[in-house]
Amino acid sequence: MDNLIYLVKSEDKFMAAYNLHINGAIKEVDVAPDTPLLWVLRDHLKLVGTKYGCGIAQCGACTVHIDGDAMRSCVYPVSKIGDSKITTIEGLSKNMDHPLQKAWIEHDVPQCGYCQAGQIMTAAALLQENKNASEEDIALAMSGNLCRCSAYLKIKEAILSVSKA
Amino acid sequence: MKEQNIDIQRRTFLKINGIVGTGFLLGFNFYSCQEAAVIREPATSWTDMNAFLNIANNGLVTIMSPNPEIGQGVKTSMPMIIAEELDVDWKDVVVEQAPFDNKKYTRQVAGGSQSIRKGWKSLRTAGATARDMLVTAAALQWDVDKKDCRTEKGIVYGPEGQSLSYGALAAAASALEIPDDVKLKDPKDFSIIGKGQMNVDLTSIITGEPLFGMDYTQEGMVYANVIKGPFGASIQKIQDSEAKAIEGVIDVIRLDDERVVIIGQDTWSCFKAKKVLQLEWDQVDEQIDSAVIDEGLHALLQKQSQDYKRNDGDVDKAFKEADQIVERVYEAPFLAHNTMAPMNFFAHVTADKVHCVGPIQTPEWTQGRIAKLLDVPDEKVHIEMTRMGGGFGRRLYGDFALEACEISQKIGQAVKVVYTREDDMRGGIYRPASKYKFRASIKDGLLTGYELVGASVNDGNCVRANNFPAGALDNYRVIAHRYESPITVGAWRAPVTNFLAYAEQSFMDELAEKCGKDPVRFRLELLDKASSRSQENSELALDYDPQKFKGVIEDVVKHARFGKVDKHQGLSAYYSHNTYVAEVADIDKAHPTRIEKIHCSIDCGIVINPTGAINQAQGGVIDGMGHAMYGELTIKNGSSVQQNFDAYRLIRMPEVPEVDIHFVESLNDPTGLGEPTLPPAGGAVANAIYRSTGTRIYQQPFIKEIATLEKLG
Repeated sequence: MDNLIYLVKSEDKFMAAYNLHINGAIKEVDVAPDTPLLWVLRDHLKLVGTKYGCGIAQCGACTVHIDGDAMRSCVYPVSKIGDSKITTIEGLSKNMDHPLQKAWIEHDVPQCGYCQAGQIMTAAALLQENKNASEEDIALAMSGNLCRCSAYLKIKEAILSVSKA
Repeated sequence: MKEQNIDIQRRTFLKINGIVGTGFLLGFNFYSCQEAAVIREPATSWTDMNAFLNIANNGLVTIMSPNPEIGQGVKTSMPMIIAEELDVDWKDVVVEQAPFDNKKYTRQVAGGSQSIRKGWKSLRTAGATARDMLVTAAALQWDVDKKDCRTEKGIVYGPEGQSLSYGALAAAASALEIPDDVKLKDPKDFSIIGKGQMNVDLTSIITGEPLFGMDYTQEGMVYANVIKGPFGASIQKIQDSEAKAIEGVIDVIRLDDERVVIIGQDTWSCFKAKKVLQLEWDQVDEQIDSAVIDEGLHALLQKQSQDYKRNDGDVDKAFKEADQIVERVYEAPFLAHNTMAPMNFFAHVTADKVHCVGPIQTPEWTQGRIAKLLDVPDEKVHIEMTRMGGGFGRRLYGDFALEACEISQKIGQAVKVVYTREDDMRGGIYRPASKYKFRASIKDGLLTGYELVGASVNDGNCVRANNFPAGALDNYRVIAHRYESPITVGAWRAPVTNFLAYAEQSFMDELAEKCGKDPVRFRLELLDKASSRSQENSELALDYDPQKFKGVIEDVVKHARFGKVDKHQGLSAYYSHNTYVAEVADIDKAHPTRIEKIHCSIDCGIVINPTGAINQAQGGVIDGMGHAMYGELTIKNGSSVQQNFDAYRLIRMPEVPEVDIHFVESLNDPTGLGEPTLPPAGGAVANAIYRSTGTRIYQQPFIKEIATLEKLG
């Protein structure tokens, strides 16, 4: 009925234990292997900054970093994570001092704010890879992140202010 | 709706000095309003000045923001209004979301762009009353005339250089009689209003703190997902053994003939069970289909009717005598709200109370409906309002909150209902599909008669009969038809006008051309006519002020240098939610189907928080353009064809044009801003595309016509 990406396999019906590297600490969770990282973070670890929006990697609200890459956690099953290092919005900086967080304050970006953690995580991975991202680079990289309030111009301005381009 | 007034404050006035519970203290967030926190002594006592205001003895002021925050910024702007009249440094203000409480507050609603407009006077009065009492307390202490005292940034100054902070005065001030004739500031003296202030929840948003209903949890809570079938269908058979075998799934319950609920230990268990739960529905009504509805709406447009929403002069005569008659039909599909946070709500129904937490635009209405559903008195239902992950009208309808209460009562446990995106998109309460037929008569190059016929799904009044061009024409009439369907519809950001404005402004552009006039002059002349006709006839029903309407058109023409730049430009202007907005879309001649920039001029009276206002206004323009270009929800066999963002296209960053916002300077009381910039956007875009391609667009989404144009190249 739904577009949920993973079919339920028999082995996915039962819980298993996983040790996950999240925001610099190791967290143990006992969940079904097919549980998307998103729901492990939100329901089991109470790290609720990462948001649910679509469940099929179309809106970007659930974006986290897996070994530094921006990934959609809503379709990333916990069983595939292994030793990878996960960073969520809660672990992006210690004192809210990531350049993008500062830019988000400077530009007063959010409207409802629900998509913003995903926007920041996508942008952070982009600037990590391309410190000189142009306006076009930014628009392209951010095209997977929906903002239903359409705060797109503020999001773009904030990212541009951090880019060295 | 009654306004918050002094009497209400009198009733709710709490004479509590320093005995406010620690719960209040724990709620403080010293860093929420300012980047650099002010270091000060910890407070040891707190005083409630009225329902909105609490002053601590160290000078920190807590302001309760009464209305639901939906992304429109009222959690920042409403407290700014109180702080302005209190005359306190905004850096010393901490904002908290007030719970729903209709004894303390009135109109705790996020809807119709009315929070600021309706709250303006009462919020100012709440701040000014507290200020007046603080001044009186200081004057009594110094034994001076209060007229010789003044305030500045949370300090009262006396005639001989004395000074006392609000923190030192609050306890004494709160014991005084409440004055009922306080003087409000002259808007020229505002120092907080009109200066951009940062969203008070910003730091929580960018660090991922729990804020939204979706983030709410409680010890022992379970999760629930509700499954519904196609519109009009009933459950025939449930095959749930596989779903129940999933670890984490607690139960599968049939709620009634239309709904089945999966209860689980976490969200994913519920979502996963949904995938394997097999349901058979008794019937799928093939008539519940967009194509069938389209035919029905077309038929209604042709139906004869004398049931006029407005009928001025003699339209038939004008049509008979015309040199030419222009007739056009504009068509709109259903739209889903698609708030970024799908519907969700927490409820815990116990013997002595109903505790609800979540995102809701209408807590009062919802409280009453929950009370009725559970057969308990209203006051037993407590609603805590969380920040909303978008609303756009969808969260006016408390269906999801009622579901949470119903389920909690049934299972006797605390529960959080969470919709999947598919549930949300499939779940109805859509912007109704509608069609409009415009007819206009032209004689000797002048517009002589005008008729608008509207038809919409489950909406009896899909027109705005007294809006422009009503009043500008001697012969003018409006008819509205309703198409009945089991598909549920509701208010979607700028109800009715979110489409009607484009249709009308696009038609207006075509009429200007047929009359041989430029689009600006054509509109200004009609507005002059409306102005002179309303002066001649004071009974002429006009929703709008023609002079203010002209003001925004002239302003946007100036900023966009309309007609003076080497670009294709489209103009559109609309009045809604008490606010006037005009927009010009620019197309670069090298890219005939790409909107490069939209200029937008707004007259919404005093702008409370300019940074938030610009964000909101830009968002409205982009939202308007985005849905006009791409938005479409199609119904087939009783269900929506589009169920997620892979099929339902929303505007994304690469498609977003530059948007320049200009506020017309004004000292008038503020009006709405959450919705009014959306309606004109589609018209500006369509009119610009006509200039660049020679093709008029009569249907949303525009992308269909544009794709054809691009193929033709």
